[in-house]
Parts: sequence; structure tokens; C-alpha cells
Amino acid sequence: MIAPPKPDLVTVNIDGKEIAVPKGTNVIEAARLVNVDVPHYCYHPKLSIVGNCRMCLIEMGMPAVDPATKAPIMDPATGKQKINWIPRPQIGCGTNVSPGLHVKTTSPMVKDAREGVMEFLLINHPLDCPICDQAGECKLQEQSTGYGRGYSRFVEQKNVKPKRTQLGPRVTLDDERCILCSRCIRFSKEIAKDDVLGFVDRGSYSTLTCFPGKQLANNYSLNTVDICPVGALTSTDFRFKMRVWFLKQTNSIDTETSVGANTVVWSREGQIYRITPRRNDDVNDTWMPDSGRELFKALKAPDRLTSAETVDALVARAAEVFKQGPVAVVGSGRSSVEEQFLTKKLAAALKATTALVSRVGQGDKLLVSADKNPNVRGALVTGLIAALPSQKLTDLAASIDAGKVKVVVSVGEDLAAAGLTAAQLAKVAIVYLGTHANATSAAAKVVLPTLSVFEKNGTFVNQQFRLQKFAQAVPGPQGATNDLIVLAKLAAAAGATVASDLGSVWKLLAAEIPNLAPITYANLPETGLLLDATPFAALPFVEGETLHFKPAVAGAAVAAKA
Amino acid sequence: MNLKPATLQSIDEVITHYPVKRSATLPLLHLIQEDIGYLPPDTCEWVAAKLELQPINVLEVVTFYPMFRQKPIGRRHIKVCRTLSCALMGGYKTCEQFEKEFNTHRGEVSPDGEVTVDFVECLASCGTAPVVLIDDDLHEKVDCAKAKQLSDQIKAEAKKR
Repeated sequence: MIAPPKPDLVTVNIDGKEIAVPKGTNVIEAARLVNVDVPHYCYHPKLSIVGNCRMCLIEMGMPAVDPATKAPIMDPATGKQKINWIPRPQIGCGTNVSPGLHVKTTSPMVKDAREGVMEFLLINHPLDCPICDQAGECKLQEQSTGYGRGYSRFVEQKNVKPKRTQLGPRVTLDDERCILCSRCIRFSKEIAKDDVLGFVDRGSYSTLTCFPGKQLANNYSLNTVDICPVGALTSTDFRFKMRVWFLKQTNSIDTETSVGANTVVWSREGQIYRITPRRNDDVNDTWMPDSGRELFKALKAPDRLTSAETVDALVARAAEVFKQGPVAVVGSGRSSVEEQFLTKKLAAALKATTALVSRVGQGDKLLVSADKNPNVRGALVTGLIAALPSQKLTDLAASIDAGKVKVVVSVGEDLAAAGLTAAQLAKVAIVYLGTHANATSAAAKVVLPTLSVFEKNGTFVNQQFRLQKFAQAVPGPQGATNDLIVLAKLAAAAGATVASDLGSVWKLLAAEIPNLAPITYANLPETGLLLDATPFAALPFVEGETLHFKPAVAGAAVAAKA
Repeated sequence: MNLKPATLQSIDEVITHYPVKRSATLPLLHLIQEDIGYLPPDTCEWVAAKLELQPINVLEVVTFYPMFRQKPIGRRHIKVCRTLSCALMGGYKTCEQFEKEFNTHRGEVSPDGEVTVDFVECLASCGTAPVVLIDDDLHEKVDCAKAKQLSDQIKAEAKKR
């Protein structure tokens, strides 16, 4: 690999601390590097800079030089070069670093400026913090505490604006709380490419609104709720459900598609309340699709599979079924890397053929890719499959018709949806592992209920061949067992001994798969780790271009030909 | 949008005056208001399509300027100055006189549809206060008597039609 060129570094002085930062960094980001907080509302690292909230005002100066000779002017008192401070505050977000830039973020002028801005912002802000969903994660609250003047001089009437506008199917707007930072407008325009939001009646009654007759209905609308620094934009689903400070945060992965957007799952007492994106500059920046935020609702669905029997009893029954004849294993692109590895072990113990079901849909060029399986590449890396899966199990169907397969083990895949007819399903004995009921679980001889992604630990390999881990947020329901335990017990019943806990499985993975050798579940960074993709470079993957992902040329060329 | 051919021609012409099409938003709105008398509800979509913008971008502009009217006005627009000099010289009384003559209230269309009476800010003729602008004609030293006379004139012309 070619080493990236070293970016031009610029040395700046922030509150007396010298730091070298890349050219083009703004003062807010530079200050962040020396752990200095520059409060801001409208600035967002992934959106354009408008500088309209004025909260990030700082004092700045440049080293003095003699205008005629360009010689540095020294300060006799300190013996250092004199600094010419600009007599007015400047906005930190819109000021890029330049060599020798000096910044003060704690001077009396800056303090005054912040107090002034806070006072103006609070003038028309309603005092409904006690019932506001943003309370606890509200920038206005935090910065009132940190940088406000502490008491109000305002005796006039506050503005009255619409309190509960439905901007779209998922977003509710409280205009009184809005501080007019325009992050949501810029997000809609720049990232979601759906420019429907804007300020009307600009002036003292500036009101955020959708164009009449239009809706903020795109699949990224809830990101506006995440980036809203106050409680103006709220999620209609999460509104008034739970105080955020009671919620436990667990890092997870969006399983909708092979993008693998990083997420945080917010839960309390075994119940998930919401899912929000987690910043990963190499995968999803700070965004995620709305569709991925509703996946947790399936956990409590009425068709969730559970069993009154113990796992051991179910596995014993499955072992009986295995004796009926040749076995085929249908693995899943929705299983974790570890589960796919154990699926491979199970298949080996049963001397079974393996297959995977592909799900191809429409990508949106942002954070939804064409491959609706989150972990097809995991199956390739673990060696569960050697070629890309197809959408229909035609080979398996032929083997069943020919009587070559008597038993099918399906890891969460609905065989009927994958092209097997009811007659074919009736010909074989099915062992089904899964979370939700479907035609296959109904036809199965043995159903082993397992856990969803929110109820277990594991890893996925996304479209970039980035190994990313997810953690258990909530316990699984009674009568459902961790997939790893089920697979290990089935493998044991088939005569192979494999570990069922994540740590031991990773030791096996590291030992057997060179690509995963130095990795353990524990030392995998939260932002993931890129695996070596060269062994799979020739495969015609289905994904098109998405955020931070360009399909490999070879794959794209093959796909174009096909 | 039901615009006159001449207006459509000026619209196409005015767009060429600017390096980016978006800059023509304001002139376009002016031309439409001149033609129709106000900005009908489909203006934003029409202008947005014309300038390759989103309708919300145009709505932001329309709602910012109080002089863009989103509702129809009377056949004539009577604009009475209420800035300091005119206010001191009886601009408010003049306005009330007009309201009484046409049985209307400022900001509304008179029942006969003939006029809309409005207060406006300085018309830059403080020496001859109070002044009134009826459509594009400036009338100076409009006291109550002159206001009545102007009203009668308008009513007479209306009858002739």
C-alpha cells in the first residue's frame, strides 16, 4: 500500500497550548484536539459551515510583523513575538487555522460574547425543559449551564409559534424550541438531497417549516432529529416515551444492508427505546437510515419464536432427524461471523453441502446498499461459502427432487421464500434455527429459537470488508437460545466438538483463518477493522456506490457484463 | 400561472442578467406581482421550476418581504404614509377618511373590490405631508377633504366602467 501523503501541518496556539493541526482545520476542531470546548450550535463537522448561531465566538490574533521590513516585532516584556489581537470576536467554525494563529477561548470578551448569544437564544425559548425529550442531551441546556449568564433579564412576552407540526411521518417539530441553527435544512439539502425544509417569515417570527403540501419523508429524516441541538425536531416514535438519561447505550450495527452503519441502541430494563447512529467517518459518518431504526420493533412481535422445551431436548430431537439421511445446510448472510464459522463446522460434521441465500434490492447510493444481507462477506471470509450466493436455492431444490438430500438445516432462512416449493419442503425433514415464524419454521420437524442481533454479541463484515462488532443490548426472551450455543450443541450432536462462547470461537477463528489471525472480539476497535479483501477481488458483488464505498473495478465490470 | 406574454418575455430576459439563476428569484417575483397584482399560491412552484430551485427556497424569499402580497388586492392600491412627518400632519386621519369612504379597513379589499387601503412607510415627500400614493401616482397634502375628493374621483371612474 502507498502511504498517504503527510498532510500539511500548521502550528497554532490555543489558550496558550501549541498544537500542530492539518491545514484547513477550523478553530473548533483544532480546539477539540487540545481538549478545549468551543461551544457551538449550527456547526456540524459533516455539514457546510454557515456561521449563523454565533455561539463559537473566539478571540484571535496573529504574530506581529513590521509592515515595512516583515521582521517580527518582539514584546520586550516577555521576549516573545508580539501578538496582534483582533479587537472583535471571530467565529471559530468559519475560521481556518493559519500558521502562528493565536486563539483565546476563555478571555473576558469571549465570555461576554457567549453570554450575549445565550441570552438572545433564550429570549424566545420556551421553558418546557421538564417535559422536553431533548432534556439531558440538549446543547442549549448544557451551554446555558456552561456559558450562560445564569439569570434572565427578560420581562416581555415570548413569541408564540406552532408547537407540534408533523413535518413528516416520523418527525415532529416544536417551532418555539427552534434556535434557527439550520442544521436540519442543510442536512436535507446536502446529505439527503431532499430540500424541503426552510425558514419562512424570517425576522422575529422565523419559523422552520416544510413547503406546504410536501413532507420531510425521506429515509434519512430522523437524522435531522439527531443533529437538532435542541428539542425542536423530535422523533414521533420516541416522543414522550422515556427520559434519555435512564437509557443504557450499547454499540451495535445496522443489519438492514451490507453498509453496516454503526449504531447505538438505547435500552432500559430489557426494552429497546430507540436506535441512533454512531459516528464512524469511514462508514456512515454520523448518519443512518430511518428504516434501520425500527428493526428493534420485531423483537416483541407476536410471531417471535420461543420454545417451552429445553435446548438439549430440542437438540436431541434434531440429532434424531440428522439420522434420516444426507443433510444440506443453508447458512445465512444475516448470521454473525462467529455463527457462520460454527455453521461451517456443523456442516462439516454432518458432511453436508452449504449454501447461502442472497437478498438483492435497491440501493440508495447513501447508506442503503443493494445487498440486503449484512454479512455475506463474513461467510466468504470464514469459508462457509466459496462463491457469491444466488437468490434462489435451485441446486438444493434439484437435490431434494433427486432424493439426494433428506434433511435440511436452515439457519434463519425461509426456504419457501428462497424458491423451494411446499412439495419440496414436505419431502425433507427440516431443522430450523431462527427468531421469527415463517413457512419454513411451520414446516420444520425441529425449531430451535435463537436470538436477534440486539440480544447477542458478534461481528459482521460489511461491504468494505470491514469487520465490525455489535454488542448485546437486551436479554433474549425466555425460550430462545444464543445461536452460538445452539450451533455448538448441534455440532456436538453430529460428532464435532466446538466452543460456544465468543472468546473461544475467536481463538478458533484466529487459528484457522489467516485473515482474522491477530484479532479477538475484545481487541476489535469500535470503528471496525479492514480485512484483506484481495482473495475476493474477482467476485461480482452486487453493491453499487454508497457513502464511503466504491465497488471494486473487477466486481463492477463483471456485474456490468452480467 | 396565467401570465401575460410580455411578462413571460421579461422573465426569460431577466434571468439572463445573473450569473446564477437563483439570483433572479426576486426580480421574477416582482414581475409576477406586477402582472397579476399579487403572488398566487402556485407562484413558488412555478418560479422554482423556472430557476431550477426547490419551492421552499422561493417561499423563504416570498415570506421575508412584507411587500410581496400572497392575497389579491383591490383594483387600486391606496398607500397612505404613516412615517413621522405625515403622521404629525394627519396621515392617520387621511387613512381613516379613505377607510370610511370605501367602507373598508386597512389591509383589506373594499366591498366593491375597488380599492385596498394600506399604511406604508416614508414616501420621501415629507415637505408636502401627508402624502398618499394611489397605484403609481403621488398625491400631496392629502387632508380629509382632499381624501374625499380623491375617493369621489375613484368612485366616478368606477361607475363609468
